[in-house]
Amino acid sequence: MSSPPTAPPQPPVTTPDGEPPHRRGPLGTALAFLRNTWRGLTSMRTALVLLFLLALAALPGALLPQRSLNAFLVDDFYADHPTAAPIVEVLGGFEVFASPWFAAIYLLLMISLVGCVLPRSLEYWRGMRQPPVATPRNLARLPHHAAADTTEEPDAALARARGLLRGWRRTERSEPGGVRTISAEKGFLRETGNLVFHLSLIGILLGLAGGKMYGYEGDVIVRADGSEFCNSSILGYDTFRAGLRVDGTNLNEFCVRVDRFAGTWLPNGQPATFGADVAYQSGADLRSGVTSWRPERIAVNHPLRTDGDRVYLTGYGYAPEFTVTWPDGQSRSSDIQWRPVDTSGSQLSEGATKFERPGVEDPEQRRTTQIAVTGTFAPTGAIGPDGELVSVHPDLRAPTADVNVMLGDLGIDDGRGQSIFTVDQQKIDSGELRTVAEDRMGIGDTVRLPDGTTVRFDGVTPWVNLQVGHDPGQLWVLGAAIVMVGGLALSLSIKRRRFWVRVHPSGDGSRIELGGLARTDRAGYGEEFDRLADDLLAPTDKKDG
Amino acid sequence: MLVDPITSMWSDRLFQGTLVVLLLAMVFTSLEYAAARVARVARKEPATVGAGAEDTTGTAVEVTEPPADASDGAGDRPTRTRSDRYGRIGVSLMILAVLLHAGSIVLRGLATYRWPLGNMYEFTSALCLMAVGAWLVLVRKHPTLRPAGVFVLTPVLLLMFLTGTVLYAEAAPVVPALQSYWIIIHVTTITLASGMMLVPGVASLLFLIKRNERPAALAAKLPGAEVLDRLAYRVTVFAFPLYTFGIITGAVWAEAAWGRFWGWDPKETVAFVAWVLYAAYLHARATAGWRSSRAAWINSAGFATIVFNLFFINMVVAGLHSYAGV
Repeated sequence: MSSPPTAPPQPPVTTPDGEPPHRRGPLGTALAFLRNTWRGLTSMRTALVLLFLLALAALPGALLPQRSLNAFLVDDFYADHPTAAPIVEVLGGFEVFASPWFAAIYLLLMISLVGCVLPRSLEYWRGMRQPPVATPRNLARLPHHAAADTTEEPDAALARARGLLRGWRRTERSEPGGVRTISAEKGFLRETGNLVFHLSLIGILLGLAGGKMYGYEGDVIVRADGSEFCNSSILGYDTFRAGLRVDGTNLNEFCVRVDRFAGTWLPNGQPATFGADVAYQSGADLRSGVTSWRPERIAVNHPLRTDGDRVYLTGYGYAPEFTVTWPDGQSRSSDIQWRPVDTSGSQLSEGATKFERPGVEDPEQRRTTQIAVTGTFAPTGAIGPDGELVSVHPDLRAPTADVNVMLGDLGIDDGRGQSIFTVDQQKIDSGELRTVAEDRMGIGDTVRLPDGTTVRFDGVTPWVNLQVGHDPGQLWVLGAAIVMVGGLALSLSIKRRRFWVRVHPSGDGSRIELGGLARTDRAGYGEEFDRLADDLLAPTDKKDG
Repeated sequence: MLVDPITSMWSDRLFQGTLVVLLLAMVFTSLEYAAARVARVARKEPATVGAGAEDTTGTAVEVTEPPADASDGAGDRPTRTRSDRYGRIGVSLMILAVLLHAGSIVLRGLATYRWPLGNMYEFTSALCLMAVGAWLVLVRKHPTLRPAGVFVLTPVLLLMFLTGTVLYAEAAPVVPALQSYWIIIHVTTITLASGMMLVPGVASLLFLIKRNERPAALAAKLPGAEVLDRLAYRVTVFAFPLYTFGIITGAVWAEAAWGRFWGWDPKETVAFVAWVLYAAYLHARATAGWRSSRAAWINSAGFATIVFNLFFINMVVAGLHSYAGV
């Protein structure tokens, strides 16, 4: 990406190498190849093509489901297009922005940018230290020009021109025959803005890369009943996405305690506000042994910021509490979180609360006595058209659970990890886990299994999903982006232009010739030139050239 | 109270009024455009008189200007061609439409006690206001552009019609994610920039028509190619930094709302694509061989991408911005 809008035409590619072609050895050929590649890569045309490629390559990222955004949509795509999906997968279509070809395009673009901008900046730096170029012989051939005869003395005309060209870089020269000229130039800041803009693009890219290397992001569900979460290791998280240089040690240590989840909704169920009342201890608190907690409210658009990390409230849900009482009188309670499954926001949830009978040591026996309370939970239950449980409001107005109590082998002894939200489908298919009771329960209701065991629905605790983000690059990116806009505004608003005045002494005064050339885009110089010309030639007859 | 129904009703009525006035403005700008040829033919004969007045930017439309100097003493009011009269009526109606439209949007905000850019109805409505407003500013600065007004009003009216029908949303509070002062900064900037980009998008298409002289009937009465090209460039150069600023403020907001400042959400991705296309346009303007037609194509593609981002991404592709949808 060479410099933007305004470059002077690229000089034709010349090959000023003194080496005759026939003497070129393999090394020479290789060097020539490299040089030509470099020239090709840094030409404006290549930059344009790369820009188009970048735009084109980004589009599938918006049109195809992306795994990083929503893995479920990728699964849907596989189901809908079983033949196309593997091909898209191989081409990186589900991970466009992590794909090598996308990286190849923007890296080439960055190289092209550096290769184009830096030499040009040097050129303009030199240009800035040289006096403005000499006045062309024939000003009438310039895009903007004017001339007039005046009764003014040449000295007076020149003095007036100097006054009008205040703020321009200018130099005066004499030509044979008493002819005097002024060359003036303005708008060097445009190049500065241009350079700043392009360099900050690189800054943004570096900031992004740094964030990807040293940043991390994790999700954790915390029950909103005074439960705590501490950012001490990966193990505390439900999911953790680490940067390339993050191994999970040395996380910024801080603790968050979630006291309460508060949501308000409109009568139609549309959420009005979400928030979680929390308290936290920063890393400094923990190190210095402070035991008090700092109160804070995390809400949408308002994360908790501590120790360079951010804690967001990204979701909420409910954890129904069940108590299982075995015939021998022993009982166990559990309130594991269930997950919302309904995208419309009614918070209809599904889950599996798992129990093991206490006191059973024999592995064979264990595998017949494990219990899972599975099913559907609705914070405000109602009966759907087919008799199923639906939720008509996300708030806890009439908590109802359609439970499906299963007895048998949950598969938790197999050594394989399993989701906390579901039971192992293989165990159901093989008959090792089977439904022993089904019921629709409100709070306080009890369901009795054939062996006399009872399951009671005790109550509901809300939970919140906290997302912890750590991105050391983001302030750099922000800084670079602000500088970038500044550079952009500068380079697009300032016009680089030249202005020449030639004054010929004549019998009864002088003849003034003016010429103007926009070094950048022509748009917009005409008015300024005309104004200058009018002012300079005002007291005389303006003879347009 | 969450919504004031009376104020909201008046907002809707003003919107309908805007639509009617814009339709009338379109009728008059069309008449102006249609009458322009008559004026030109009528002036063909004494054309030699004013030949010197035709400078490089001289265009067909310029001849629609009244020969005011020639008809000195004809009366206190300068005589105007029919085309000119229609054009003036058209501009007056557009000014009226802008006032009604602004009133509609302000009342929407008062009715809902929030910034009135919370859904696609409000966003597209404001975009149209920005486009007409930008056009009026341009016409004031460069009166020769006026006869091309019909080409700006056509897409605006189409968008307004869609806004009032398909996209219409009852006045209501917005979801928590949109309750932030960033909506004022981010969405307003993006609306302003998108609305302004409509003008160069149209100007570039007209430039292509003019340059290729196809369709010839359309091309004959258009402003000169150079005028159109310059118009497209100037507005783009103004709107592009604004658009960039809008994207950056969007990233800042996303950092607070979604936990990351850039996540290649479909809306972000297509905004990026549009940004890259406009960057390509600016580069093309400085590259030999790309300066005119190709640059114009790129600019049109840029605006097409913005429209695509507005409609297709919000309504078809699921993404984080979808709550702003219908």
